[in-house]
Amino acid sequence: MKLGLDPAVVRRARDLAARAAEPVIEMARTHTTVSVERAVLRLAGVTGADADGIPWVNRIVDAVRDQVGLEHGVALPFFAAGNWRSMRFGLPTGAERDRALARAREAVGAGVARIDRNRADRDRLLARHGDPDKPWIYLIVATGDIHEDIPQAQAAAREGADVIAVIRSTGQSLLDYVPEGATRQGYAGTYATQENFRLMRAALDEVSAELGRYVRLTNYASGLCMPEIATLAGLERLDMMLNDCMYGIIFRDINPRRTFVDQRFSRQIHARAGIVINTGEDNYLTTADAIDAAHTVVASQLLNERFGHEAGLADGQLGLGHAFEINPQIPDSFRLELAHAQLVRELFPDAPLKYMPPTKHMTGNIFAGYLLDAFFNLAGVMTGQSIILIGMMTEGIHTPWLSDRDLALENVRYVRRAAGDLSEDFTPGPFIRERAARVLSETVDLLHRVADDGLLDAIADGVFGVTRRPADGGRGLDGVVEKAGDYVNPATEILEAAP
Amino acid sequence: MTVETMKQIIRPYGDTTGDAMIQVSFTLPVPHGPRAELAALRLAGKMGLDPASVVHSKAMGPDFTFFIVYGKATHLIDYAGIEVPEGREFELLTPAQVNGAIKARLGRRLVVVGACIGTDAHTVGIDAILNVKGFAGEKGLEYYREIEVHNLGAQVAVGDLVARAKAVNADAVLVSQVVTQKSAHIHNTKQMAAAFTEAYPTSLTGGLGRPLLIVGGPRFDTVTPSDLGVDRIFGRGTTPGEVASYLVHALVRE
Repeated sequence: MKLGLDPAVVRRARDLAARAAEPVIEMARTHTTVSVERAVLRLAGVTGADADGIPWVNRIVDAVRDQVGLEHGVALPFFAAGNWRSMRFGLPTGAERDRALARAREAVGAGVARIDRNRADRDRLLARHGDPDKPWIYLIVATGDIHEDIPQAQAAAREGADVIAVIRSTGQSLLDYVPEGATRQGYAGTYATQENFRLMRAALDEVSAELGRYVRLTNYASGLCMPEIATLAGLERLDMMLNDCMYGIIFRDINPRRTFVDQRFSRQIHARAGIVINTGEDNYLTTADAIDAAHTVVASQLLNERFGHEAGLADGQLGLGHAFEINPQIPDSFRLELAHAQLVRELFPDAPLKYMPPTKHMTGNIFAGYLLDAFFNLAGVMTGQSIILIGMMTEGIHTPWLSDRDLALENVRYVRRAAGDLSEDFTPGPFIRERAARVLSETVDLLHRVADDGLLDAIADGVFGVTRRPADGGRGLDGVVEKAGDYVNPATEILEAAP
Repeated sequence: MTVETMKQIIRPYGDTTGDAMIQVSFTLPVPHGPRAELAALRLAGKMGLDPASVVHSKAMGPDFTFFIVYGKATHLIDYAGIEVPEGREFELLTPAQVNGAIKARLGRRLVVVGACIGTDAHTVGIDAILNVKGFAGEKGLEYYREIEVHNLGAQVAVGDLVARAKAVNADAVLVSQVVTQKSAHIHNTKQMAAAFTEAYPTSLTGGLGRPLLIVGGPRFDTVTPSDLGVDRIFGRGTTPGEVASYLVHALVRE
């Protein structure tokens, strides 16, 4: 450890994060949501949509909610119904209840078994094709049309990308259903659907075999359907998922309670599926100043870590996010970036950290932007970051052109080749050590306040990302239900029984 | 004086006056090789570069080639014929001047409602203008004592925006549009303007019978406010102080 951080302070930060998270975890344990229940049905194999395109899982959960209430869970009413297409449900009792419970456990168990098989398949393919060295190069594809995305993703993989992220259509986070089938029209991105996941994973398996290197696929388990999208990712062997504990609250105005309940279930699925989550702390720095708000990034990472661990995620699945967003006009900006990046590296030594390129200070001067991206890449290799999202010199001008992506890859390849092991020679001096210690101590102060006031109140006060989000505001609160004493969820039974 | 002498002919400048040298880069959808370079030179010639030389060409996969080309521009520009663009139509005020003007002449707080509308989730722009944090070293409108800010955040439905503007009796509505795919920023803004026109049928103009409608975003450079049905467009790099000064100019009358 190069920064000489005080282990007592680090421990204190973790303890405070755990204390701040605890009431929220308790709330998440005792509540369910419409999307959690729909995810249970998806695990049980319910697919497809009605003639209007409304997924059956939505129709069923809405009907159960109207006729029975969701506080008992959707599983028993659904599996007790003879023909569910009648959309008439009741809560079974006695022997009927036992039979429904057995059927529910069997069906949901089959879904979890499919997730387990996918995880084993990934391990086998990683062994066969090879796992690329870190840092993994992460590239984004976003045409809106899955059939355009596929050749672009394959081309990006051939050009050196280790991770392909398919950006979602912008509006999707606020849809309270998951669209069906292969989609050819999106909005600044491509809809996340089970069929799109399957098509892209198959295409990347093809190119992985060709390249002799397993190419990972990423999507977004966020928004109102977070638990369902996590489930679909597990069912279709996606490898990484954006899944932040607070992103939807702060940046999409999704209700805080809804988010925390959905998040816990989705992380339990990710844990089981061997999926690496990516958290979104980089986003705080797009609204707040990267120096003033550095400690909010670290505080959020510690909260994400705590929520992740509680849901069963291993350290190797915590792709905690941060970013290179300090104003380059400020003296010593690169040294400050190194201090922040090294701090995160040392706080989370086993986490596959995801490092995000400059966006806020990309000005339209593409030549200066190319230089800034090179410094970002250099900071990434010097501080041993695990996943590097490739910066584009045309950031903020247009979605990347073919040549932008090619030049960006040339940039990172040069830095990796020229300075790949520079972290071995990099020993920070007092400036960087003191800056890191200061950010850590500010993190402790902030977490102290958050633990005392309560996380939901801190979010309401705009502590993270400047935006204020009250606990009863935002979208999706009406989809949150307190569990009754006889609540049944065969999925969480299996997921929480796992060692 | 003859017409000739009034001209001021300029050419691009590399390192010598009149050398007319420029640099461009582009991609052609053809495999890398000598034939691709000839195609690049042909394009450069049609763009008015003569002579031109390909200084770099690189295959990007089997089907594409990237070029960097230098050449002498054959086009001339008469700088005398270039009009000076109009400056800002309002005076730039400090926060204290803005507060003072509102207090003295309006006699109440000026109410602003802001949002990203449609499916646009990029609140960076509206937050830069509204949040206390501000932008480019200037504090946002929340910082102004005499301005009451309601920031509705991302992906606000137009109907909700109109309802909120009515409920708080807004003097101005600020809308930010970043996402431009399929011209969404234009469509969303027109839809918003139409909704306000419908909701305030007796209004004469912005500030008279309906809130002042202001839209901001990086890609409104090809349209005018009247194309969109709004009162003012702000582009990339706009600071909160400019917006506050404009609000005083447009709403706080002498």
